[in-house]
Amino acid sequence: MAKAFTNLMNDRAAAEQAKGGAPSGSPDAAGQTPAVQRVKVETRKLNFFYGASQALFDISMRIPEKSVTALIGPSGCGKSTFLRTLNRMNDIVEGARHTGEILLEGINIDGPEIDVVALRKRVGMVFQKSTPFPKTIFENVAFGPRLTGVKDRRELDEIVTTCLKRAALWEEVKNRMTDSAMALSGGQQQRLCIARALATNPDVLLMDEPASALDPASTSRIEDLIFELKENYTIIIVTHNMQQAARVSDMTAFFYQGHLVEMGHTQQLFTKPREKHTEDYITGRFG
Amino acid sequence: MTPPSRVPPLAAPIASAELQQALTRKSAVRPAEVVFSSLCLLAAWSSLGILCVLVGTVVWKAGGYLDWQFLTSFDSQRPELAGIWAGLLGTSWMIFLTFTTAIPIGVGAAVYLEEYARETWIVRFIRVNLSNLAGVPSIVYGILGLTVFVRMFDMFSREGIITRLSGRHIEAIVIAGVEIPLPFGTTLASGALTMSLLILPVIIVATQEALRSIPPSLRHASLALGATRWQTVRYQVLPAAVPGIMTSIILSISRVIGETAPLIVVGAVGFARFAPGKIGSLKDLADHPSGLLQAPFGKYTVMPVQIFNWVGQARQEFQGIAAAGILVLLGLLLILNGVAIIIRNRYQKKLRW
Repeated sequence: MAKAFTNLMNDRAAAEQAKGGAPSGSPDAAGQTPAVQRVKVETRKLNFFYGASQALFDISMRIPEKSVTALIGPSGCGKSTFLRTLNRMNDIVEGARHTGEILLEGINIDGPEIDVVALRKRVGMVFQKSTPFPKTIFENVAFGPRLTGVKDRRELDEIVTTCLKRAALWEEVKNRMTDSAMALSGGQQQRLCIARALATNPDVLLMDEPASALDPASTSRIEDLIFELKENYTIIIVTHNMQQAARVSDMTAFFYQGHLVEMGHTQQLFTKPREKHTEDYITGRFG
Repeated sequence: MTPPSRVPPLAAPIASAELQQALTRKSAVRPAEVVFSSLCLLAAWSSLGILCVLVGTVVWKAGGYLDWQFLTSFDSQRPELAGIWAGLLGTSWMIFLTFTTAIPIGVGAAVYLEEYARETWIVRFIRVNLSNLAGVPSIVYGILGLTVFVRMFDMFSREGIITRLSGRHIEAIVIAGVEIPLPFGTTLASGALTMSLLILPVIIVATQEALRSIPPSLRHASLALGATRWQTVRYQVLPAAVPGIMTSIILSISRVIGETAPLIVVGAVGFARFAPGKIGSLKDLADHPSGLLQAPFGKYTVMPVQIFNWVGQARQEFQGIAAAGILVLLGLLLILNGVAIIIRNRYQKKLRW
């Protein structure tokens, strides 16, 4: 596992370098996603219920790989619920159930043969409130790899270093790995949580308002990080901040009262929304 | 040097006599304030005062009796030879056996109730009754222990169900050279199991509180990283709950050391000239180490029962002996609580909140 992880990290690094050599190939320079992109996550007619009340109605959505998809909409519109169905974190909510299909690379993640524990390692999650474990910085990042049985100290060191670098936190914490994670600032804690999520080697990252509790400088660091990470990861981010959605995302989906009103390329959705509702929301007329 | 102010020039304020008067103190002190705070101070110091009187009396009474001979001797009819060694060993055994049974069961029950059980009526019923159980008088536990452990519902008596079903009258079984009497009778095992029942509600309720105080976000973060429920409990939730669990153990230690009534009911001996498992010294331990395994299934005494026995003696010297015993009891209590508190604080530091 750890070996595979390291190889993968190296592959990714190599891929990044290759991309760096040819910046014109970057999808953002052209302002649109290239045609070869595949569907990473897909939902088909997803209906979600908390007990008797329905939270999501017939959500069908296709999310492209290696891109950032922003989920926007007023509070209580179901975007966080939708996000949590993608790694089955809603399983732990009593009385929660859903109908319809959720597919990861075409595989139904609700299938009886699916191991939810393995799924969550591939579909990582970062919460709104940073949730570092009350342990050292090192132990926070090493927790995921340890769960999968990585015991060798050098392998762990390597994973922790790589992930902290990817989360743009390494320079700030490299000399204080044995300090408590609780001693970090809010923005650092959130980047630590991102590093921790990266350490289980996911290919999808779910972020639930990752910057809503942070100051502008920390927010900007997280946004830069999201921008860098999408080279290698499929990122789905819930945000209340329209500017943030416009800045970081390639695709944007607008949720309203449990319905998916509209989804499209971010630029198109923000400049020429198809639906009146979307336009009203993004121009601040309601929500 | 001051930066240019963007505030336009303002006129000076006009002092108003009304405001001046409203802000002026009416008197130097507020009498109600002083009375109340003095009463609180008195309440706080009176508890300390009572403790001082209590300990002072005991120390004064124990004068001359508390010495090395008292600590290391078995009991005797003659006050100058009587000692608390049997009780000290018995109480140590009692603490060890009680906590080795009560901690795993108590923590296990709390983890089940808080982390695994769904909110059904039976779970709620158990929760409510745990709090009730914590308030049941200890003598009731003594009667329970007598029926369940000492006599084992008379299952093994001549007319008991086991005897009738098996056709044989079983009095003991031998496992790995250790003779286990059936029923347990008035042995250390009966006493320790009774004490476990007594402190289980305290440990369960306090552990539940500790688990509940851990934010759900910690569990969610762990689960989202692909940890199983068990891994989440084992590596995140339980370590964070250790300080709370230790608090319940500190509370229970005092009870286990001090409880007298239930142990008299389940047959602790008042006058004992022997050590559990016949191991009363390091030499005994070297001679027959198997006594360590036999000890839980033998007769015993504990310090409070010994003290109770001394207090009831006619000769005046035994009152001093009893006072000396109380000091040893308090000393052991302080030492054990101190150790538990040190362990707890260490863990709190290790937690790095």
